[in-house]
Amino acid sequence: MKFDTPATTNPIDQLKVVGQPLDRIDGRLKTTGQAPYAYEHHDAVRDAAYGYVVGAAIAKGRITSMDTAAARQAPGVLAIVTHENAGPLGKGSMNTAKLLGGPEVDHYHQAIAVVVAETFEQARDAAAQIRVDYAEAEGAFDLAAARDTAKKVNQSASSVGDFEGAFASAPVQLDATYTTPDQSHAMMEPHASIAAWDGDQVVVWTSNQMIDWGAGDLAKTLNMPKEKVRLISPFIGGGFGGKLFLRSDALMAALGARAARRPVKVALQRPLMMNNTTHRPATIQRIRIGTGRDGRITAIGHESWSGDQPDGQPEIAADQTKLLYAGANRLTQLRLAVLDLPEGNAMRAPGEAPGLMALEIAMDEMAEKLGMDPVEFRVINDTQVDPNDPSRPFSQRQLVECLRIGAERFGWSRRNAQPGQAREGRWLTGMGVAAAFRNNLVMKSGARVRLDSRGEVTVETDMTDIGTGSYTIIAQTAAEMMGVGIDKVTVRLGDSSFPVSAGSGGQWGANSSTAGVYAACVKLREAVARKLGFNSAEAVFTDGQVRSGNRIVPLAEAAGRDGIVVEDSIEFGDLSKRYQQSTFGSHFVEVAVDAATGEVRIRRMLAVCAAGRILNPKTARSQVIGAMTMGVGAALMEELAVDKRRGFFVNHDLASYEVPVHADIPHQEVVFLDETDPVSSPMKAKGVGELGLCGVGAAIANAIYNATGVRVRDYPITLDKYLDRLPELA
Amino acid sequence: MKPFTYERAASPAEAAAAVARTPGAKFIAGGTNLLDLMKLQIEAPTHLIDVNGLALDKIEPTAEGGLRIGALVRNTDLAADARVRRDYALLSRALLAGASGQLRNKATTAGNLLQRTRCPYFYDTNQPCNKRQPGSGCSAIGGFSRQLAVVGHSEACIATNPSDMAVAMRALDAVVETVKADGTTRAIPIAEFHRLPGDTPQIETALEPGELITAVVLPPPIGGTQIYRKVRDRASYAFALVSVAAVVQRDGRGRVALGGVAHKPWRVEAAEAELPRGARPAMAAILADARPTHENAFKVTLAERTLHAVLAEARG
Amino acid sequence: MSKISFSVNGEARVLELDTRTTLLDALREHLHLTGSKKGCDHGQCGACTVMVDGRRINSCLTLAVMHEGDEITTIEGLGSPENLHPMQAAFVRHDGYQCGYCTPGQICSSVAVLEEIKAGIPSHVTADLGAAPQVTADEIRERMSGNICRCGAYSNIVEAITEVAERQA
Repeated sequence: MKFDTPATTNPIDQLKVVGQPLDRIDGRLKTTGQAPYAYEHHDAVRDAAYGYVVGAAIAKGRITSMDTAAARQAPGVLAIVTHENAGPLGKGSMNTAKLLGGPEVDHYHQAIAVVVAETFEQARDAAAQIRVDYAEAEGAFDLAAARDTAKKVNQSASSVGDFEGAFASAPVQLDATYTTPDQSHAMMEPHASIAAWDGDQVVVWTSNQMIDWGAGDLAKTLNMPKEKVRLISPFIGGGFGGKLFLRSDALMAALGARAARRPVKVALQRPLMMNNTTHRPATIQRIRIGTGRDGRITAIGHESWSGDQPDGQPEIAADQTKLLYAGANRLTQLRLAVLDLPEGNAMRAPGEAPGLMALEIAMDEMAEKLGMDPVEFRVINDTQVDPNDPSRPFSQRQLVECLRIGAERFGWSRRNAQPGQAREGRWLTGMGVAAAFRNNLVMKSGARVRLDSRGEVTVETDMTDIGTGSYTIIAQTAAEMMGVGIDKVTVRLGDSSFPVSAGSGGQWGANSSTAGVYAACVKLREAVARKLGFNSAEAVFTDGQVRSGNRIVPLAEAAGRDGIVVEDSIEFGDLSKRYQQSTFGSHFVEVAVDAATGEVRIRRMLAVCAAGRILNPKTARSQVIGAMTMGVGAALMEELAVDKRRGFFVNHDLASYEVPVHADIPHQEVVFLDETDPVSSPMKAKGVGELGLCGVGAAIANAIYNATGVRVRDYPITLDKYLDRLPELA
Repeated sequence: MKPFTYERAASPAEAAAAVARTPGAKFIAGGTNLLDLMKLQIEAPTHLIDVNGLALDKIEPTAEGGLRIGALVRNTDLAADARVRRDYALLSRALLAGASGQLRNKATTAGNLLQRTRCPYFYDTNQPCNKRQPGSGCSAIGGFSRQLAVVGHSEACIATNPSDMAVAMRALDAVVETVKADGTTRAIPIAEFHRLPGDTPQIETALEPGELITAVVLPPPIGGTQIYRKVRDRASYAFALVSVAAVVQRDGRGRVALGGVAHKPWRVEAAEAELPRGARPAMAAILADARPTHENAFKVTLAERTLHAVLAEARG
Repeated sequence: MSKISFSVNGEARVLELDTRTTLLDALREHLHLTGSKKGCDHGQCGACTVMVDGRRINSCLTLAVMHEGDEITTIEGLGSPENLHPMQAAFVRHDGYQCGYCTPGQICSSVAVLEEIKAGIPSHVTADLGAAPQVTADEIRERMSGNICRCGAYSNIVEAITEVAERQA
């Protein structure tokens, strides 16, 4: 199905099932420990041997020798694969650095060997017996030091009007620089895979957000046809972008299994993950805003510097500034330096998450310079069209409503605009606000639907559920379309033998994958109607029956003994060119800062989101509170500490890379505005999983400023950065 | 993890003798730190002697009016003990500020005293570390040192002791009771139990090879307002940036020990005379010898401000 | 190798194990009880939480051979998809999870936390060490802090636990 004109009324609009806050259909499996994750397919794979990955001990250089003799002699060892015996390997098109290093080493903890043994304990011990000599090379590990070597990234640069001139002549100006650190996805399930070969074909049970990308890149890396690779990933213990791509666990399992002639399971050990896998790159962001005395933006410029491996990509931290606020004169520019740190890549809301951490502090600073309320300052600079191309309207844009409703719900009027004034005992208290913005991306997505002789519907698609609720919203979609209860729908996900879907990334998954299921269900409805001789336009699917005029046929009967199977996909036309599709929100936060120690406690958080139709308010709300929680981490604690001499992330485990715990998070409120976006898809939905993260960090930063009067422009906002500027103690 | 043999000890003296006569042998009790380190081969015992069966899990009054805490008393049980809560609230608070409920259910009193540093370079076997591999150098110096020591460190090591419990024990003048391999026993004042790194950061305590902690003895209660204040980057389940253990009497005199600043719980008795004059002079004396790095200099300010908050709280 | 017998979810089990095998790996790899998760294998995340003789511990930081004769309860022992434990049902109702990987540990911990409060064990946020701790949101948050949820379901988890606590009261 081609989607190239805005949606009109369709069966989804009934909202009998879609839009309802239903419990997850996979909830019982997850809460009882019965949902099988990548390393846990004991039923499918018996007799798996264990692989243990060895990571490079240097950041850059060359392996001069590898002594695996002792390891090969160790008890239980079945095989050891290194660059010396892996055979020729390609590189996945989505990978920047190779997944099996050697002899060249591209980054710290790059996989250089996998040891396969009968047991996990044997593999781990043998792995420690491999001796590697290196010739270390000089590397670049410090973004600030490499800043001046960074090259402009022109494809994403934008310029409107005369930014420099308008900024120079603006009566009120802000020119400030912000930094965001390297961050780790730190999902709870480590990257894990089980590989089993059958002749020249391999099946890999894995934990991957994008099945088709993963299958393609594993085939490419192994120099084999994609059809001979099958990926199965029914449950994924968190991804956040860290499992978008083929990673070393899958490759090492496949190589180890081939060498050992046995199925092999590999999970990346936690202390290896932060340097072995990808991370969100650090940024340096310079923001300049010029306004008139009335607070209207006349010039807005956002430049961002980041680093990555050679041939890598920039963190696109300036892009939202093209679209978020009005202003006649504009500039955005990314610059990319070559760094020899581990590969930088997408992490939840790539671009907008760090970009808004900076931009939305800048907006707060600017409001203060103007003596304006930060909500009002944002409201008066709203735009309903793409400021770069005013002929392109936003398909929906309720940013102002998000801000206004949020302010009302949160009690924003109680905020003291004068920072450092509100105090409760030992606590300095403050409130902060930020806008949330994330573009709405759409991706082609396919599904197969089967109506069987019991009148039940089975959906198969390689879509993944990474905690997002895909199982449930896909079941809701199929139930709504076919007029059956959700208990009559079975959803099977995450298998490359199913039709290719949008996958989970860029918050496109919910809208695109359900739209694909919609398309397949439209086709199934037509097939049913055709079989019954009904006019498909008039056929009504409801209560497990299909009706036309005064004829009523149960779906089970319509399906017949053999059932009906169809497959279709949704393909998106140029609506996203004609309309700017984005999601909007506001974040409000209240913090308390210990006047003596500077410890921050978040007291209240509210997000208001306008993101099209909310397919399931319960799971969507969870997406948003989860993102808000990650935003707390970004604001207050998360930083991969770079050892700039040795070129690695030092705090590479979950004790030293701190993410929020229960005690850091208060009750969280989420409001979804009633919205449908017919331009986005037949579902009229968009995504919220990343929107919820965008702006949270800045709202917290602004609240800390409001509480303390100390402005910190370097994330995370740890107490060491402002302790000496807190009030003197009496 | 290297292969090891395993036995359950029958008595403390036998356990001590067994460790002393078996090269590479170690005791295991809660295991929460040892197994963590064994998985990384930072510890590689060839033989484990499980001491959990030794009946060292009682908390009993001493003749002097104090408490004898068995080496195997779990952190949860020690923190929850009614006598500890009433008379040694500092200890209860310190225990509850550490780790997580799960870890406290397993971790023992003796094991807590013996837990090793969380210096990230100690934890990464690719990196030189004098504590892990004597003579290899200290990568933390000049590296990521935000969490590391500001006082009492050496050219060889700037690691910190991660224990909360030990900081309270230090303020309370606890005494560590042990049995040696030859069956003799001794009592080690907590002040002498942990060592500064000097040139031998691999030697962290006064224990001899095979020497087994059997109990920790608390002197009779000293009253006062007892406050343990731990400052960290997240609200729970994190190691201290700085912690302050204080016992403050009505007249303003008291005791202070610090966590998170040194290779051992840091207490300078001579400096405590300054306490009645306030946090600034007191901390100036306690941390007079501080030599922080650029990254952890904030700990000096933080320690003073935290003590200020503690003294204010003690005044009520 | 070492022989070990213990009871798991009420069932006697005898295993012949490498002494290096953790309780977690014994459960997951030898008994195929994969509900207990390996998130970090170093006591830093809580995904492996099980109850041993009624107390919650990190099963990754204990050796199987150290549990001779112990009674172990895992998530599989609390309830099944057809017969949920009240805490499991509350997690479903409150959407107290997302990816589900930390969930068994969160639920085992939740059940134990309510028992710990009942038993009068204080926590870091208990204001008065002389009084019995109460079931408050702050107490739950502090006590659950050894169970990390990167998806960030904390707010919902606290509500699920609170609901169960209120019904028990």
